[in-house]
Amino acid sequence: MNSGGAGTGSLKSYTIGFLLSVMLTVFAFAVVIKGAALPRWFVWTGIGFAAVVQILVHLHYFLHLDSSSEARWNVLALIFTVLIMILFVGGTLWIMYDLNVRMM
Amino acid sequence: MTTETMTLNASIDASTGADGEHGDSTALSIFGFWLYILSDLVLFATLFATYVVLGRNYAGGPTGKELFDLPYVLGETMLLLVSSATYGLAVLAMHRQRRDRVLAWLFVTLLLGAAFVFMEISEFRHLILDGHGPGRSAFLSAFFTLVGTHGAHVSAGLIWIAVMMGQLVTKGLTPPVQCRLMQLSIFWHFLDIVWVGVFTIVYLMGVM
Repeated sequence: MNSGGAGTGSLKSYTIGFLLSVMLTVFAFAVVIKGAALPRWFVWTGIGFAAVVQILVHLHYFLHLDSSSEARWNVLALIFTVLIMILFVGGTLWIMYDLNVRMM
Repeated sequence: MTTETMTLNASIDASTGADGEHGDSTALSIFGFWLYILSDLVLFATLFATYVVLGRNYAGGPTGKELFDLPYVLGETMLLLVSSATYGLAVLAMHRQRRDRVLAWLFVTLLLGAAFVFMEISEFRHLILDGHGPGRSAFLSAFFTLVGTHGAHVSAGLIWIAVMMGQLVTKGLTPPVQCRLMQLSIFWHFLDIVWVGVFTIVYLMGVM
């Protein structure tokens, strides 16, 4: 088993995860609060990117999900859930946007 | 009982069989709890979808830009983030069988979580007293439902932390208590992940 930290977590992994999360959070808020002069597309992609990376950081450093065989079923179930979520959210947006355009 | 079987990574595959029946059932109940968390994630996905559809329907009422105070939300975010780290420290102490340290870190986590809920309630109270309650517009209905559901989860987590502190005092660090602490760990970190989605989609994108 992967007792070398990946499974149970170590002080190091929690520290790295915490510092990365703080940096990503502060970056996202700073770009929006101070970024009036920045191009719109940059702000949108910047905070979107920061959120996705932060979620991955949390999954890896706090929940210890990785590609090890012990985590396989956890990861597989997560991937399936993400697929369902994409269908839910993406499908909802597609239909409602389409409806909105046609009602105009 | 080895620490390895107490992890989220403990799977239901045959390799855990070597740890005996108890290790197996612990791994199974943690995996089962993980499946519950994923179904909860689907629930949040539907609320996010609702918010993204309705989030700009202000019905002549206030917009997110007028209502949201980003430095305040940053403060809430930091509370939750630090509480995730302190729960991690509680888990590390648990693996070292240090009951008093587990209790201390759980207590710190409880205080941070309670401060988060307090800030959220005072934000809601402020909004409602100013006439910007959930009935004001579709945007505010979706806002209160999504953020309120997250807040309700955090509040449930606080009760659970308090219960686990009680069990630590009365039962000690027995294998079932450790198993529950690992499940609570997944729950608590999961709430932090959902909050990343909330502050990005609701607050940051809401003020733009």
